[in-house]
Amino acid sequence: MAEKDEAKEKRKIKAVGRMKEIMTAYYIDAKTAEQTGKKVAWITSGGPVEPLIAMDIIPVYPENHGAMIGASKMGIDLCEKAEAMGYSSDLCSYARADIACAPINGGPIGGLPRPDMLICCNNICGTVLKWYEVQARFFKVPLFILDTPFCHTGFSSEARRYVKSQINEYIAFLENVCKKKFDYDRIKEVGRLSVEGQRLWQAVLDTTMNRPAPLSAFDAFFHLALIVTLRGTQQAVDYYRILLAEMQERVAQGIGAIPNEKYRLLWDNLPVWYRTKWLSDKFASHDACLVADTYTSAWCGALRYVDEDDFIGTMAECHTRIYLNIGVDEMAGQVMEMADKYAVDGIVMHSNRSCKPYSLGQYDIQRIVQEKKGIPTVMIEADMVDARSFSESQIETRIDAFIEVLKEKTKKGVNL
Amino acid sequence: MKQLDECNRVLADTYRYAERFKAESRRKIVGTFCSYAPDEIIVAAGGHPLRLFGTGEKIRLAEAHLQSYCCSLVRGALEDALSGRLSFLDGVVFPHTCDSIQRLSDIWRLNIAHGFHLDLVLPVKLDTPSARQYLVDVLNRFRVELGAKLGVAITDDDLRTAIALYNRIRGAMAQIHQLTGDRPGILKGSDLYTLTRTAMIMDRTRLAPLLEEIVSELERAPGEAAGVEPKRIILSGGVCNHPDIYTVIEEAGGTVVGDDLCTGSRSFSGLIDEKAEPIAAIAERLLGRVICPAKHTGLTDRADHLVRLTREKRAQGVVFFLLKFCDPHAFDYPYLKAALDRAGIASMAIEVEDRLPADGQLQTRFEAFIEMI
Repeated sequence: MAEKDEAKEKRKIKAVGRMKEIMTAYYIDAKTAEQTGKKVAWITSGGPVEPLIAMDIIPVYPENHGAMIGASKMGIDLCEKAEAMGYSSDLCSYARADIACAPINGGPIGGLPRPDMLICCNNICGTVLKWYEVQARFFKVPLFILDTPFCHTGFSSEARRYVKSQINEYIAFLENVCKKKFDYDRIKEVGRLSVEGQRLWQAVLDTTMNRPAPLSAFDAFFHLALIVTLRGTQQAVDYYRILLAEMQERVAQGIGAIPNEKYRLLWDNLPVWYRTKWLSDKFASHDACLVADTYTSAWCGALRYVDEDDFIGTMAECHTRIYLNIGVDEMAGQVMEMADKYAVDGIVMHSNRSCKPYSLGQYDIQRIVQEKKGIPTVMIEADMVDARSFSESQIETRIDAFIEVLKEKTKKGVNL
Repeated sequence: MKQLDECNRVLADTYRYAERFKAESRRKIVGTFCSYAPDEIIVAAGGHPLRLFGTGEKIRLAEAHLQSYCCSLVRGALEDALSGRLSFLDGVVFPHTCDSIQRLSDIWRLNIAHGFHLDLVLPVKLDTPSARQYLVDVLNRFRVELGAKLGVAITDDDLRTAIALYNRIRGAMAQIHQLTGDRPGILKGSDLYTLTRTAMIMDRTRLAPLLEEIVSELERAPGEAAGVEPKRIILSGGVCNHPDIYTVIEEAGGTVVGDDLCTGSRSFSGLIDEKAEPIAAIAERLLGRVICPAKHTGLTDRADHLVRLTREKRAQGVVFFLLKFCDPHAFDYPYLKAALDRAGIASMAIEVEDRLPADGQLQTRFEAFIEMI
């Protein structure tokens, strides 16, 4: 028994404690902004946070809040409250939970700090537009919308011009709300830190190319928080350096995220926040490790398009061509690239009722990947926050059957 | 009215109508999905815009591409395409609308081989100078791309002719709605639905005079004999594929005197300046017309419009007609309802998937509502 505990202890990621400290300090800072005279902006997860950092505005992420609500299993209660307010149960559960929190300061941290402004970038969905309109009416604060035209088959020159001019409008909006000039020198530094943070985050994710993978997607879901909320700060850079070093050390020592990694899987879509532990244990019990995912890697997708020396100039493209704002075929292409890069044996797709842009089209991605790569996939029907859409027995049966397929495939592979 | 018979024949089987029209006129049939589709440019290119709703046939093939939480409009249209019922289409145009239509476009492009495929990625916000410029830019690009697909160069004169035609159609539609709102007895609600729906399907050069004839007939029509005055109702929502709803409201003692529907007044609100540069003028109408909830202008524009419309039409109540899984409308519903409550206007909501709830149920709800107002 003692040995077993020791192995378990060894597998625990040490940086977790540091991460919790940073996030706690961040939320205390944000919740006390009123006393310290700092301004607070609520911003979408795919939104341009760097100009906020450059303006000393504290960015707050309602989507991160939604994830916390889900993880603390408060989703059903808050979703039901939203439904009582008239919001359909078919709407995004992040939005429902957050909208229900606002008037009652509910949720795990007693509500988010009151915003001075709202920044909504629709590169992830049309839902955020409606959600932020609701909050702009509720809080009676200015709303800036960064409209990033969808790239079905490419990024048009018209779209580039449009988004570029909106970046300037965004800066003017911030100057107006903050009553101070934008610091173009400071944004260069923030931009540099943002890119460095993204590179480090990508490097952390890439350590899973090793066998065994030193971290799993379930770990990535947790460590993701800083690249979302503190992108563009020295703190995020420092943290990911520590995390990367720890992962490299684990690789050197052969420490895996799970005890016995046999199958390597790719996760698609948002996490099922209220069931991450259950899912993680379930896959581990089958010796399956989720070595990569399309979700946490989205926060370094901009690295393809960014120019560090012209951060503001390339911001338009970085924000428009993100994973969710591209066509289904291009998404399938990226899934296959990841499948190769991380040498995965199978793909787990979360069909997420809350997220239509992520989920509609998954069946086609599944088909494309199966046809072109012959990689088995499994579809899990659930929701990221609303646990009423999670059927444990059904999902368990699906996962078990999927692992059987992988087993058969591996056996055949050996026989050949 | 004989014009209504003609419309009913068109709607009895819209795809057969389109196929026949195509054979007779040699016009290219272009499927569209949204009231923001620039029909004028399609007509100017010698094409025929056909709004697609799905025919409500049983879903067999679309299930392999779409999850259960996708609206029946998207599912039905894809089903028709996959089953070959739309193989007569020369192409489709997908104006950017909502998250579901956006993905429908991708799925269509990857699975439907016949016909050309054009995405028209419109701005989502419509209230800034850069959005206006972008809208003009993408419409100009669309003009070139569509011309290339249809093998024509679209001239300014072509555009002006199409714009004039659409002004006639929209003007007549607005007049018909105005007249029926003023004197509800002159046209049944389900007939109004028929006309509005036909306007998205029928040969537009036939449609314009047909609607104008109806206007002059309605102008001459004697009003309803004095009896129990029906309660005046506004319909609000997205796509309404159910003519029965008008009948059920009438049977319950109400009458629809106006609407804020995608398949209603939003499709014909606003005329186009015939003197201005044509593409800029088309853009101007799209920016100024009554807004869809998937787009953004002011924070309370839709509520302001709905309250204003209700007062203008002297309506006593609003019925929200919500298509299940339509996110933009579902997000707006609570604030629209609250705005009506503040203005002292009663409202009720019904959510519909692909068919209306069983007759009796809806009837009872409408009766209770109409009795209350």
